[in-house]
Amino acid sequence: MTQSAAAKAGRPHAVWAIPGVLFFAFFAVAPMILALYLSFTAWNGLGDPKPVGLANWQKLVHDDRLTQSLTVTVLLTVTSWAFQTVVSLLLGVWAAGRQRNRAVLSAIFFVPFLLSSTAIALLFYALLDPNFGVIHQDTLGSTSGAFLAIVFVGGWQFIPFHTLIYQGGARQIPEVLYQAAAIDGAGRYRQFFSITLPQLRNTATTSSVLMIVGSLTYFETVLILTQGGPGTDTAILPYLMYEAGFKSYDFGYASAIATFLVVTATALSLVLVRLTGFGAMRSTREGM
Amino acid sequence: MEPNTSNGGRTFSRRWVLGAGATTLLTTGLTACGSSDSTGGSGTVTAFVYGDDATKVQVKAVTRFNASAAAKTAKGKIKLEKVPGTDYPAKLRTAMGSPNAPDVFFNWGGGSIKAYQEANQLVDLTDTIKSDPVLKDGFLPSVLAAGALKGKNYGIPMRGMQPVILFYNKSVFAAHKLQPPTTWAELLDINKKLKAANITPFALGGADIWPELMWLEYLVDRIGGPDVFDKIKNGDASGWGDPAVLKAAETVKELIDDGAFGKGFSSVSYVNGGAPAVFAKGKAAMHLMGSWEYSTQLGKFPDFAKTNLGWFAFPKYEGGAGDIRNVVGNPTNYWSVNARTGNKDAAIAFLRDCASEAYAKDLVANGDIPTTSNAEKLLDSSPNPEFAKFQYQMVQQAPAFTLSWDQAVDPDVSTPMLTEINKLFVGKSSPSQFVSALKGLK
Repeated sequence: MTQSAAAKAGRPHAVWAIPGVLFFAFFAVAPMILALYLSFTAWNGLGDPKPVGLANWQKLVHDDRLTQSLTVTVLLTVTSWAFQTVVSLLLGVWAAGRQRNRAVLSAIFFVPFLLSSTAIALLFYALLDPNFGVIHQDTLGSTSGAFLAIVFVGGWQFIPFHTLIYQGGARQIPEVLYQAAAIDGAGRYRQFFSITLPQLRNTATTSSVLMIVGSLTYFETVLILTQGGPGTDTAILPYLMYEAGFKSYDFGYASAIATFLVVTATALSLVLVRLTGFGAMRSTREGM
Repeated sequence: MEPNTSNGGRTFSRRWVLGAGATTLLTTGLTACGSSDSTGGSGTVTAFVYGDDATKVQVKAVTRFNASAAAKTAKGKIKLEKVPGTDYPAKLRTAMGSPNAPDVFFNWGGGSIKAYQEANQLVDLTDTIKSDPVLKDGFLPSVLAAGALKGKNYGIPMRGMQPVILFYNKSVFAAHKLQPPTTWAELLDINKKLKAANITPFALGGADIWPELMWLEYLVDRIGGPDVFDKIKNGDASGWGDPAVLKAAETVKELIDDGAFGKGFSSVSYVNGGAPAVFAKGKAAMHLMGSWEYSTQLGKFPDFAKTNLGWFAFPKYEGGAGDIRNVVGNPTNYWSVNARTGNKDAAIAFLRDCASEAYAKDLVANGDIPTTSNAEKLLDSSPNPEFAKFQYQMVQQAPAFTLSWDQAVDPDVSTPMLTEINKLFVGKSSPSQFVSALKGLK
């Protein structure tokens, strides 16, 4: 296509969006509306849902388990974010170097991300068995042990992905900045904190939003490793929703939890984007 | 194109996109509705079964039935679908609300089918059983009754008896000169000796929670008798306030604090083979488990199962109201028939096979004890006749058979109940907090 032909084609026509819009409408919007509707009904999965007004929402507001699981969810999200960001930032910047061994190691680092969450959780479940595993301790039976196990397993799985994002981000930083800094006498640490970190601002936002929204919908690992236990100490919101829906067959209440989760996650990612200035898309090359 | 018109054009397109989207959704929705009554008419009868090692008995039954004259008369064949174990209840619930509902399905009777009965999704088999001598006289009456709801039969027994039994490791007991206990005091004495020898008294798959439940089921029965849970099962949550429940919870707490289950029990699972391995390898001396422990051990540690696996009844609690012969567990599993089935004749003809001697023989060969009236004479051909007879007599002579609590109550009660039991076992709640939390369950 010549340049003039490309210009004539103009911006993509809205029709092009049909497959995407349909897919999104059918698999995301429609189920969300259905869940919102179900949250105002009592339904055990059989027969027709019966409207019950605000009963499920009142139950949600007064449910001690919701407060507790919200606390666990927030703690898990913050801890996972801190753990994953620090490790993947350092690994990503390191991997952005261009020596051959780094490429090989980066490829190996990426392997955990290719495994399914269920396989990873089952693997760690076997490793953590107090009698036949590698650590002869009641890790999953203690509150802090179970919590840290979930943070670690989640990190082990997703750090490779975020490392890749940071690696890409770090490779975009113009070499001239480092050369100029070196001339001015900045050492490696000064270069990292004054050039690399600020330049990775947008990368960090993208990665953080993915991590935080990801942590809110974290599920398989909890289901397999702890089933929300010991007691209810690792029963995060998605697990509470699963338990209400597929163990108690209270689909109305499960839908209320699901709706709450969608609203919270959406609000949180909007706030994050706003706070970090990601929406304004300020260039990291300002002043260059 | 001029900027202005292109703008207008785009608005139009957007509306068009939305319209097209809505139309497609509607059409897809209508097509989906149109296919929803495909269960009717077809001759094939789908049967959902809990997918474990024991399904080979059902596979044989299906083959036998499909080749039989009864299948020809009813113009139907059975198609067996094995649903992986842990997903079974959820998969069944989803399927029963969908166009792909099974015609016949495996269940635990009691609370596990109550919701289906209330939604009019079950075929009432009471009259069928009454008018059919094969079904009426084929099963132990108490087992048939245990699958009933409000006096009406919705299930035909289709697996072995599953009483909960205390198993022990004979070589560990012999090495420390111990005898199976018959009273609680004797059991505590054995615990002391085992701990002194650095052996965990009991294996426990606490990660699954239901093995923890078994302790409470037996303790409440031995301390307060079977009436305590009967009251709860019938929907009276105040029954949790019975002193026997508190006493049982306190007894459990003493056992845990005493180290009777070892330290890591809440990370150990039964389902993945953790607890059976601890027991078979002699790290723990005893294991409170359903009768299926025998076939589990036979599969995983055959030498242990054949030579060193012993069993005895849960001991008597001094001063308690419960008879030592009382049993808890699952009487058996049942087949129920979906009211929407397209071929009820074939479904019922298939269920009759469960009362046949061929079916009972297959169960016995699998190490199970049939609940059919002809079972006793077949037990000699069991892989372990001694264990088979112990189990059969245990159930035969039991003054009361309490159905596992999590199967006896509604799922919306059993889920929080199991959570509370887990909290008690991991020390997240005290016995009195446990009782008050359970009283709050509706």
